Amino acid sequence: MTQLQIIIGYLVLLLCLGLYSKRLARGTSGDYMLASHTIGPFLLLMSLFGTTMTAFALVGSTGKSFQIGIGVYGMLASASGIGHSLCFLLIGLKLWSLGQKYGYRTQIQFFKDRLQSERIGWLLFPILVGLIIPYLLIGVMSSGGVINAVTRGAFETAFADYGNGVPPWLGSLVICGVVLAYVFTGGMRGTAWANAFQTAVFMILGVVTFVVIANALGGQDSLLANIPAATKQVQESHPEMLTREKISEWTFMSFMLIPLSAGMFPHLFQHWLTAKSAASFKLPVVVHPIFIMIVWVPCVLVGVWATSAVVNGELLVPPGTKDVTVLGIMVAKLSGPVLSGFLTAGILAAVMSSLDSQFLCIGTMFTEDIARSLKPDADDKSTMVTARLFVVAVVIVTYLLSLIAPARVFGLGIWCFSGFASLVPLVLACLYWERTTKAGAYASVAATGGTWIYFFVQSGFAENPKYAVFGMLPVATMFGASTVALIVVSLMTKPPSEDVLARFFPR
Amino acid sequence: MQKLVWVLVVALIVLHQDCWNWQNGNLIFGFLPVGLAYHIVLSIAASAVWLLAVQYAWPDHLDADDAATAEAPAEGAGE
Repeated sequence: MTQLQIIIGYLVLLLCLGLYSKRLARGTSGDYMLASHTIGPFLLLMSLFGTTMTAFALVGSTGKSFQIGIGVYGMLASASGIGHSLCFLLIGLKLWSLGQKYGYRTQIQFFKDRLQSERIGWLLFPILVGLIIPYLLIGVMSSGGVINAVTRGAFETAFADYGNGVPPWLGSLVICGVVLAYVFTGGMRGTAWANAFQTAVFMILGVVTFVVIANALGGQDSLLANIPAATKQVQESHPEMLTREKISEWTFMSFMLIPLSAGMFPHLFQHWLTAKSAASFKLPVVVHPIFIMIVWVPCVLVGVWATSAVVNGELLVPPGTKDVTVLGIMVAKLSGPVLSGFLTAGILAAVMSSLDSQFLCIGTMFTEDIARSLKPDADDKSTMVTARLFVVAVVIVTYLLSLIAPARVFGLGIWCFSGFASLVPLVLACLYWERTTKAGAYASVAATGGTWIYFFVQSGFAENPKYAVFGMLPVATMFGASTVALIVVSLMTKPPSEDVLARFFPR
Repeated sequence: MQKLVWVLVVALIVLHQDCWNWQNGNLIFGFLPVGLAYHIVLSIAASAVWLLAVQYAWPDHLDADDAATAEAPAEGAGE
């Protein structure tokens, strides 16, 4: 029951913060969608970091390290420290500048303008929304699952079918309701403040969890003695977990492409546009790799320790344990209900700090890319009402889908990232290569879509998590195909008009 | 200096593939596996390279654009 009380307390606190941020709103659609371009360096850093880090940063990193060892950090964390900041600098900053100049609110508005094509919007819209929906579902479903796992036994007789804990459908519903409340009322401003708060929460709780687990495992007098003692157990029982024996070099290398997906996330695009000035990007670009390190290093070490942790002569986490449950088991067995409750709040913070931006971004895309195309003369007030209604609709549809989606939707995460990453050559070319043409863009999107569908089917619809192409992740081939198609077809077709070049590549 | 920054970014990407640490399970400071320590240092190095990038490879014209936009902010088609 303690865990449930802490979770409820955290959600109420978050709700209050989100509702308070409404008082800062200016009541315009520009403020609702982009916080009137007033977000400074610190808030931009926190909201970008919170948006890119999902529950995977805490739960998944621990579980994967338990399965394959310390290589997880290099494969996903240090690679993101390089790839994400590169995207912020090369793509985010430039798109922010163009957005300021030409008033874009969505990626599609930029592509339509740069490529002088209305139809590219109709092609990209379903692809971007289609790639983000599984990502949303993973967040909604995992929040319900986490709440159920930690509240089991909290009720004496109620919810017996769910281990006397909060049912996943109810947990997901509450999370969707809380996120909807602050996104609906506070828009992007509420989202940015809530993200900053939640980012601080999950960073601090991640470190606290690490300290508590190290002290419980080490059995020595101080933390500095306990950390080596915990690692020593791994060196004796599972030394291979301290190496990268379980990861192939080619797989490791191709993972370097996954963080580039940040360059095409529609929700990150929207956060970039909120920046007050170009200088606001400097802090996120520099500090993002350090923030990743602060969150991931403790989780990776805890995951590796879990392979060999023995308490009272019994292995704490048996081999073959499901990866997403490893952190929960460690916390439950090595700490009390209070830390367990706070850690759950931290995991939910990581989930919600991504969900809110994604809900708002899809609502904005429907408003700007669909509704505005059909009714271009809508006034500002009705645009804002439309955006809010779309946000409500997106949350409801996502929640309903989460009730019927199969558990294997969790395997789609890497496929979503691969799709976004393979579209990055398109945005880079549109920003930096004058010769990029409309036909080249279509070819790039077609190559991405074609290879994605082919590999997805070949992998048994994501059933085979070890599916590889030429020994690497499919994203490597998809990225290559997208790039080659873009360059070859652009060179074969008529260059963009002088007018377009003057707008996007001023001398 | 700008070119050096981009050379350093490429170096980060190349150094990320540290095949020489693959089988090395030795511990540094008695608790940190070499492969993990290496990538922690790489994360710190990445931050340092990005610091150089914002100092020396920053598109200065954007700051000038800022000043112009501050006088006439573009809020999008809706406003």
